[in-house]
Amino acid sequence: MRRDVFHAIADPTRRAIIMLIALQAMTPNAIAEHFDMTRQAVSKHLKILSECELVQKEQQGREIYYQLEIEKMKEIDQWLEQFRRIWEKRFDQLDQLLTTLKSKKDEK
Amino acid sequence: MKSNLQFDFLVDREKNTITIKREFMADRELVWECYTKSELLDQWFAPKPMTTKTKSMDFREGGHWHYAMIDLEGNEYWGWTDYVTIKPVDFYTALDAFCNEAGEINQELPRADWKVTFTELGEHALVHTLVTYPSLNDLEKVINMGMQQGMALTLEKLDDLLEKLTTGR
Repeated sequence: MRRDVFHAIADPTRRAIIMLIALQAMTPNAIAEHFDMTRQAVSKHLKILSECELVQKEQQGREIYYQLEIEKMKEIDQWLEQFRRIWEKRFDQLDQLLTTLKSKKDEK
Repeated sequence: MKSNLQFDFLVDREKNTITIKREFMADRELVWECYTKSELLDQWFAPKPMTTKTKSMDFREGGHWHYAMIDLEGNEYWGWTDYVTIKPVDFYTALDAFCNEAGEINQELPRADWKVTFTELGEHALVHTLVTYPSLNDLEKVINMGMQQGMALTLEKLDDLLEKLTTGR
């Protein structure tokens, strides 16, 4: 199965986890406390987030802390930016067409 | 001409929607025509230097628009739009798709719901486009397609430059 940022954010629980760990690095136990699901279920989501390279694991003593990869999140925005530009260009052309049509109408 | 017209592009990753709002310096009847007549759509829909070519269009509920966006090398990117609801000058809803020249819809690629609303804003018109994808992954696929077309645009700029350099010799 393909793992990328879009797969990571496709699930509402994972989006909620991202929001949590965006603020501070957290242990799986601390994350699980925020959800009405088993520790195993939360671990599964964390595993997917790791595979998507959206979170980083850090060992501190006996605990593992999960932290958000901010740079990776920015990838999503870059993709969308491309899409936005296409629309921007399209609308600039529509502006020109409207100007042409209006001046034609005025000539009549 | 750089205008200060309103342009919003919002992505909602929870609802899998893209909302595009754009203001135009024209009355909404004229903007409506540009969206609903193929000879006018052909003049603006594909981002330059791509061009738009309509194969067939029947703007009515249950009708469709079958078109291609063509790059300078002649590559054709075929699209299909099914018109669902039409309430002239106010809004229309449609279902888009990627297809081939024969109009056979590509089932591998997602279809999105479109609601395009035209409102008056003083002497201007505001076009509000709401695009809803079945899932976030589908949205990603479409962005990928857009990026491929964006790549084509970049390459054509290079072609222009090369031509200038060649003729300048």
